[in-house]
Amino acid sequence: MTRRVAVVAFARSDPARPTAGLTEVELLLPVLREVLERTGLRAGEIGFTCSGSSDYLAGRAFSFTLALDGVGAWPPIAESHVEMDGAWALYEAWVKLRTGRADTALVYAWGKPSAGDLDAVLTRQLDPYHLAPLWPDPASLAALQERALLDSGALVPPVPAGGSSPGGPAPVDGAAAVVLAVEATARRLCARPAWIRGIDHRIEPHGLGVRDLADSPSTRLAAARAGAFDAPPVDTAELHAPHPAQEPILRRALRLDGAVAVNPSGPAAADPPMAAGLIRLGEAAARIHRGRSRRALAHATSGPCLQQNLVAVLEGEPDV
Amino acid sequence: MSEEPVAVVGIGQTRHAAARRDVSLAGLVREAAARALEDAQLAWADVDAVVIGKAPDFFEGVMMPELYLADALGAVGKPMLRVHTAGSVGGSTALVAADLVAARVHRTVLTAAFEKQSESNAMWALSLPVPFQQPLLAGAGGFFAPHVRAYIRRTGAPPGIGALVAYKDRRNALRNPYAHLHEDGLTLERVRSSPMLWDPIRYSETCPSSDGACAMVLTDRAGAARAPHPPAWLHGGAMRSEPTLFAGKDFVSPRAGRDCAADVYRQAGVTDPRREIDVAELYVPFSWYEPMWLENLGFAAEGEGWKLVESGATALDGDLPVNPSGGVLSSNPIGASGMLRFAEAALQVRGQAGEHQIEGARRALGHAYGGGSQFFAMWLVGAEPPAT
Repeated sequence: MTRRVAVVAFARSDPARPTAGLTEVELLLPVLREVLERTGLRAGEIGFTCSGSSDYLAGRAFSFTLALDGVGAWPPIAESHVEMDGAWALYEAWVKLRTGRADTALVYAWGKPSAGDLDAVLTRQLDPYHLAPLWPDPASLAALQERALLDSGALVPPVPAGGSSPGGPAPVDGAAAVVLAVEATARRLCARPAWIRGIDHRIEPHGLGVRDLADSPSTRLAAARAGAFDAPPVDTAELHAPHPAQEPILRRALRLDGAVAVNPSGPAAADPPMAAGLIRLGEAAARIHRGRSRRALAHATSGPCLQQNLVAVLEGEPDV
Repeated sequence: MSEEPVAVVGIGQTRHAAARRDVSLAGLVREAAARALEDAQLAWADVDAVVIGKAPDFFEGVMMPELYLADALGAVGKPMLRVHTAGSVGGSTALVAADLVAARVHRTVLTAAFEKQSESNAMWALSLPVPFQQPLLAGAGGFFAPHVRAYIRRTGAPPGIGALVAYKDRRNALRNPYAHLHEDGLTLERVRSSPMLWDPIRYSETCPSSDGACAMVLTDRAGAARAPHPPAWLHGGAMRSEPTLFAGKDFVSPRAGRDCAADVYRQAGVTDPRREIDVAELYVPFSWYEPMWLENLGFAAEGEGWKLVESGATALDGDLPVNPSGGVLSSNPIGASGMLRFAEAALQVRGQAGEHQIEGARRALGHAYGGGSQFFAMWLVGAEPPAT
C-alpha cells in the first residue's frame, strides 16, 4: 500500500498587485507566509522543502540560494531545488513523501520576467549549436505550432485570443506555494484535501522538425499514466498553455469535452514563468478545497512548443 | 511499507579535461551515460526515467539544458527531471534519482551530472554582480579563503596542512585514468612554492576548471539481481540546507553538514564513522577543506582534523583514505563533481576502482556541498544490501 499524498494548501501572489522594485525574496515571502498560515504549520515543522526557478530569469547564477532566506532554513532543513517549473518541484516532493521520509512538504516557485526580455531569454533554452544562434522567440515558435494545427484541420481560424504575445497579457512577476501532506496529516491540516490520484510527466524530442507540432503525445502519455482517462471523468482542467493555439492541442490530447470546466481560474498565459505550472496544480487543488470540484486535472508545460508536459489528477474525498 | 532498497549497478564517467573540444555538450553527457549503461549491461530502452543535474546554466549558456539533452540521453517519452542545488548538485541529483526507486515510482533510473566549463567562464559566473547583496568576491576561492583562515586560527593548525592534502590528492589522481590533472613530476615542495591565489590557498591547492560528466544507473532489488557486476547498495542518503549568510553562521563547520551526516549515519546504523567507514570521497575544492570536513562529518573531534591529515590517516594506505580518486582537486566539472564523489564511493565498495581501489572497502561515504557552505548532500554505500 503506497502512501496517499494530498495538496492541503495553496497560495499565489495577487496578479493585480504591483511588483516593481521587489526582489525575488520579497515576491516569495507573502506567499510562503500565507500558505503556512492556512495549515497552521511553521517552517521548521515541514518535513521536506522543494522549489523551482530559473537563474536565467533572474539574470544571475545561484539566484535560488537567496530565496532560501525567505523560507527561514534555520535550523537546517531537508531541501532540494529543480531548475524547472515548480510543478516539477511538486513532483519531487510527492516522490519524497512516498518514500516515507517526510509527512509534509513545502513546494514553492517564483519568476521575475520583468528583470529581462523574456522572449530573448527563452531563446536560450534552444539547442545551443543549431537553433539558439538564430534567436527564435517563443511567439515565433508557437506560430509554427499554430500553422501545423491549421494545416491539420483540427483548428479553424481565428485562433483563440489571450496569448502572452503578441497582443495578449504579458507574464507578470510572482510566486506560488503549496503544502503537501500524507494520509491522516493531510486530513488534520485540511477539511477537504486534494488527493493526488496520479502524477506523471514526459518529455519529447527537442528538435521541432521531428515532432508533430499539432499533437502533444507527451501530454497524452502523462495523462494516461496519471489516470486521467480512468473513470470517473474529470470535471475541471487547469491547463498551462503559454500560447493560445496550444490550448486546443492540449484539449484534444486530454480528451476534454464541453462538460469539463477548463481554466476556471483564468488562463495561464500571464502567470509568472516557472510558477505557472505550479499555479495550475494549486488552482485545481483549491477548487477541490472549496468543494467546487470532485476530480480535477492539472497540467504544466516546459520548453519550446509544449516539449515537456506534466499531468496530475486530483480528487476530493469520495463522500464529500 | 518500507522503502525499496536502491542499488547502483552502472557507473560511467568521461575523461575530464580543461576543454573537451572533441564533443558537444550532448556528446559529453552521453559519453558518461553510455558507459554507465554498458557497465550495467542495459540498453537505453531499459531506463524508466532520467534525472540530470548541473550547476548554474550560465556555465554553458544553455537555459534548462534538460530540454536540449532529452534526445541524447534517450529520455524521449520518459520522465526527465533537472536538479540544481549549487555545488552539491551532483550528489542531490543522485539522491533524487534514488528516491524514485526507493518510492517504487520507477524501477531503473539513469542519473547524470555534467559541466562543460570551457563553454563559459565559471570564475565570473561565480562572482555575483548584483548590487546591495553580499558579493562572492572573485570566484569561489575569494569566498572560501576567509573561512579557511578562520579554521587555521580556531584550531592552531600548522600552515603546511593544506599542501599535504593537495600533494596527496594530486598523487592519487595519477592512479585515476579519468582525472583531469596528471602531474607526474609533482613534489610537495612545488605545491608549497606555487603562487598564492587567495591567502592561504595556493594555486596547487585549488581545484581545476574541467569539462566532464558522470552517470549512474540505479535500480531496485530485482534489477540488482540481474546486474552483471556486484552492485553498491544505498545504506543512507540525505540533503540539508541552511541560509547563505546570517548572524551565528559557522562557516568553518556548518550545522547543515553536521545534521546531514548525522541523518545518513542514523539511516546506515553507523555510530563511529572513523571506524565503520572504510573510505570517503569528500568534496574538497580547496585543500584545507579536507581537515575541515573531517571534523564536520565526525571523522575527527573538533580542532583535530588537521592531525588526521598530518598523521597520514587519509592517504591511500591510511586507515581512512580520503579521495583516492584524486578528488575535486584533480577534476572539477562543477555540476558533476558531487556525483563523481558518490560514484567513486560506489566504485570502491564494488571493488571496481582500479588502481585507486582501497583493498576490502565495504562501506564508503560520498559527500558534496555547495553555495556558501550551505547545501549538503551525502550518501553512504555498502557492498552488502541494507539490513531492512
